[in-house]
Amino acid sequence: MKIKITINEKDKIFEVEPSEYLLDVLRRNNYTSVRRGCDNTSCGVCTVLLDDKPVPSCSLLALKANGHRITTVEGIQEEAHKIGLYFGNEGADQCGYCNPSMALTVYSLKLENPKANEQEIKEYLVGNLCRCTGYVAQHEAIKKYLGDQS
Amino acid sequence: MNVNEYVVVENIDQAYQLFNQNKKNQIIAGGAWLKLSVKEVNKLISLDDLSLNYIKTNDKSVEIGALTSLREVEMNDVVNEIDHGILSTAISQIMGVSIRNLATIGGSIMGRFSFSDIIPVLLVLDCQLYFHNRGEMTINEFITSKGLDRDILTYIKINKSTGQSYFKKISHTALDFSMLNVAITFDGSFRIAIGSQPGMAMLCEQTMAFLNQQNDISEDVIEQAVSIALTELKLSSNIRASKAYREVLAKTYIKRGLRQVIK
Ligand SMILES: Cc1cc2nc3c(=O)[nH]c(=O)nc-3n(C[C@H](O)[C@H](O)[C@H](O)COP(=O)(O)OP(=O)(O)OC[C@H]3O[C@@H](n4cnc5c(N)ncnc54)[C@H](O)[C@@H]3O)c2cc1C
Repeated sequence: MKIKITINEKDKIFEVEPSEYLLDVLRRNNYTSVRRGCDNTSCGVCTVLLDDKPVPSCSLLALKANGHRITTVEGIQEEAHKIGLYFGNEGADQCGYCNPSMALTVYSLKLENPKANEQEIKEYLVGNLCRCTGYVAQHEAIKKYLGDQS
Repeated sequence: MNVNEYVVVENIDQAYQLFNQNKKNQIIAGGAWLKLSVKEVNKLISLDDLSLNYIKTNDKSVEIGALTSLREVEMNDVVNEIDHGILSTAISQIMGVSIRNLATIGGSIMGRFSFSDIIPVLLVLDCQLYFHNRGEMTINEFITSKGLDRDILTYIKINKSTGQSYFKKISHTALDFSMLNVAITFDGSFRIAIGSQPGMAMLCEQTMAFLNQQNDISEDVIEQAVSIALTELKLSSNIRASKAYREVLAKTYIKRGLRQVIK
């Protein structure tokens, strides 16, 4: 079956199987910033934005994305670079596996709640696991990033 | 999950016909749970074109389309005012924001999950369910009925009550299922539901009847209510918690909940 998706503001048509998940289709088409982790919605590394909202692409059937807008980290390059600098300054990343999904989730938090307080940041990021950092530096980085935007 | 065919239906009747044509035909909502629970699907029936994603309100109630995402329900201002936002509170404690953008209220009910943090809350809110074929039934009738035929949930309705409420999810980590959850509302009368027993959530009808006969809710009355609840609950052990531990949790949090809602 064919699906039409707008990925990072470019219209794309993909041939997909009814059993395929968006994650598989994206990776097959070289959007490799979208990572595979737990494959059951628990870790967050496969996060993409569907019509500006974060969703786990591992559990979204590709056919359900038909006609929608998808954003990967490449679609928010400038913002992701900025977020990366805040993460770097706080020593908030190591292996980098979760960085694209973190950047997308932080970006979406900024869109939804630019003045998020510490608790709201924690609650928003609860589904994004990072096995390297222990989260404290990340929370500092996000707090400073959001603080400097408003 | 292996899917033979994906069908986006044009009307609810078509969905109902297809659903009942073959036991291996399935409805997909968000699909988050379906992925983990079903291996083979003949026809996967998508309701995406049926405009079932909405929240409508009038003076008395809120109507929520079955395909509305958990996140939309959680963030809705009117839902947030019903009994001090107990439904929003419960939803906000399920996994992360991204899965709540995908998972739907309809899937959360039709999955009949015994670990559900949503069903106990819908029980205390006395939520009405509207099915395509079966018509209207309460959430309590739905979860206590056995052998219901395959039907499609189209929307739910919740009264705009403005009572006090308490919700507690007790879990090992923020991403885990509840070891137990407790939902209580009070708007002149009490409603109490316990979930993740680990069996299916239930209303504590005897405890509610006892409390609703009392003129004064003293500490002694609360102690008696908790004893009644422990006799009517069906607590048992599983990998997350033992029966004995669940009993301690139930005692502690029903007490705290009752004290909070009568404050
Ligand atoms: C990893 C994981 C962890 C979770 N943790 C929790 C938790 O801690 N607490 C909690 O409360 N919930 C939890 N959930 C459940 C989640 O909140 C949703 O309830 C669940 O994903 C089902 O919603 P869905 O839209 O994805 O439904 P689907 O997976 O699409 O469907 C679920 C079932 O309902 C049927 N169905 C869906 N819609 C309809 C309809 N309109 N009419 C008839 N049948 C229908 C489907 O055929 C299927 O059998 C978790 C889910 C996952 C995947």
